[in-house]
Amino acid sequence: MAPATAADAPVAVELEGVGRAYGERVALRDVTLTLPRGATVAVFGANGAGKTTLLRILATLLRPHAGRAAVLGSALPDEGWKVRGRVGLLGHEPMLYRDLTVHENLRFHARLHDVATARIGELVDAVGLGGRADEPVHTLSRGMTQRAAICRATLHAPELLLLDEPLANLDPGGALAVAPLIGRQAGPARVLISHDVEQGLGEADWVLGLRGGRQAFFAPAAEVEVKDVRGLYA
Amino acid sequence: MRRVVGALVRKDLRLELRTRESVPAMLMFSVSTFVLFHFGLDRDRLAGDLAAGVLWVTLLFAAVLGMNRLFVAEHEQGGFDGFLLAPVDRTALFVAKAAVLLAFLAVVELAAVPAFAVLLLGPSDGGALPGLVAVLALADLGIAVVGTLVGALAVQTRARDLLVPLIALPLLLPVVIAAAHATAPLFAEAGAGALPGRWLLVLALYDAVFGLLAFGVFDFLLED
Repeated sequence: MAPATAADAPVAVELEGVGRAYGERVALRDVTLTLPRGATVAVFGANGAGKTTLLRILATLLRPHAGRAAVLGSALPDEGWKVRGRVGLLGHEPMLYRDLTVHENLRFHARLHDVATARIGELVDAVGLGGRADEPVHTLSRGMTQRAAICRATLHAPELLLLDEPLANLDPGGALAVAPLIGRQAGPARVLISHDVEQGLGEADWVLGLRGGRQAFFAPAAEVEVKDVRGLYA
Repeated sequence: MRRVVGALVRKDLRLELRTRESVPAMLMFSVSTFVLFHFGLDRDRLAGDLAAGVLWVTLLFAAVLGMNRLFVAEHEQGGFDGFLLAPVDRTALFVAKAAVLLAFLAVVELAAVPAFAVLLLGPSDGGALPGLVAVLALADLGIAVVGTLVGALAVQTRARDLLVPLIALPLLLPVVIAAAHATAPLFAEAGAGALPGRWLLVLALYDAVFGLLAFGVFDFLLED
């Protein structure tokens, strides 16, 4: 079945010629894509290709310097305030305070997002953190910290998930446990950065390839072959 | 706003209770400086302008230590991003951080001011205390407001430890001048004099002006 298009489904992300620079260095240039709600775009590219910059623009943490960007129907950066609280970002950093326990961190984020604290218990049980949730984050392994970060990113039931290597450091059991929260079955639209080509393609409806900050291709996943993606890393 | 400020303040106080990174350092600095003045000046009794100057310069430098650490957890542990992703008024972070710095200063002064009295004022009947508390409250408010603004600005840079004093000390010069003038009569050799209302008014005006300024510009400091 062909992936849904912007014409027949509400759009989660719409980018047209989006670019971003850090001082003189251009990190992202001329990225154009449309992602329907509920769909997943896998983003591939070598280190420094602009993947994380793209994710941070979509999260409203960075302003686009060129082009037009709209997330969940709101133009960035002017209407970024409408997007906040509707996006879940799971980046390289877990965004958890190391000296607070998992529970304390999640309670803090629940208050920021005005989420009932009952949701915290559901999430920590779902990811298998129940027994460790009262321990400070700095005492947890990377895998356990990643599980806690996934709880943090999905606490407020976001409509768009921005996932940067979400399964990093997770064992197979962990990956299985978090799938209902951040996997395809979770429901929200997803922008998924991955270096695991087969796994990323298997999860995606659309594929965005970035090379040196430029868009190499954006196509339905069914039309992209593994060798096309591997070519980005050559 | 109250819900968010409350959550931020509770989180910061809990972190400080657990890590003890700011308040003990500020307190140790204050007490050590009073000890150094005690022996360096070779006097165990200061009065008037000199006593007020020693007290306020020491408290200001101790406050700089707190300003340096105020946003470190947000910067190094993703707290800024976590906060910016939430659908909340960004000035809540300013209000919360200023309240936390104010609380840190109050706790430090609870121990530092008695140490100052013992080491550098000599025996006293405590008559200066009510006036001193009023000056401390007004001055601390100004220090907390400006310190929060400067801490947020400097934490984004590599030279944070250098930038905070370079920016904060000139900005806080009016606080030191007004607080020292307001405090000097309280430390008079003949006994605590009347509190000069003019200097209290200067402190209150400083707090109001910089409070409004900080409230207005803080949002922009968090922008990319």
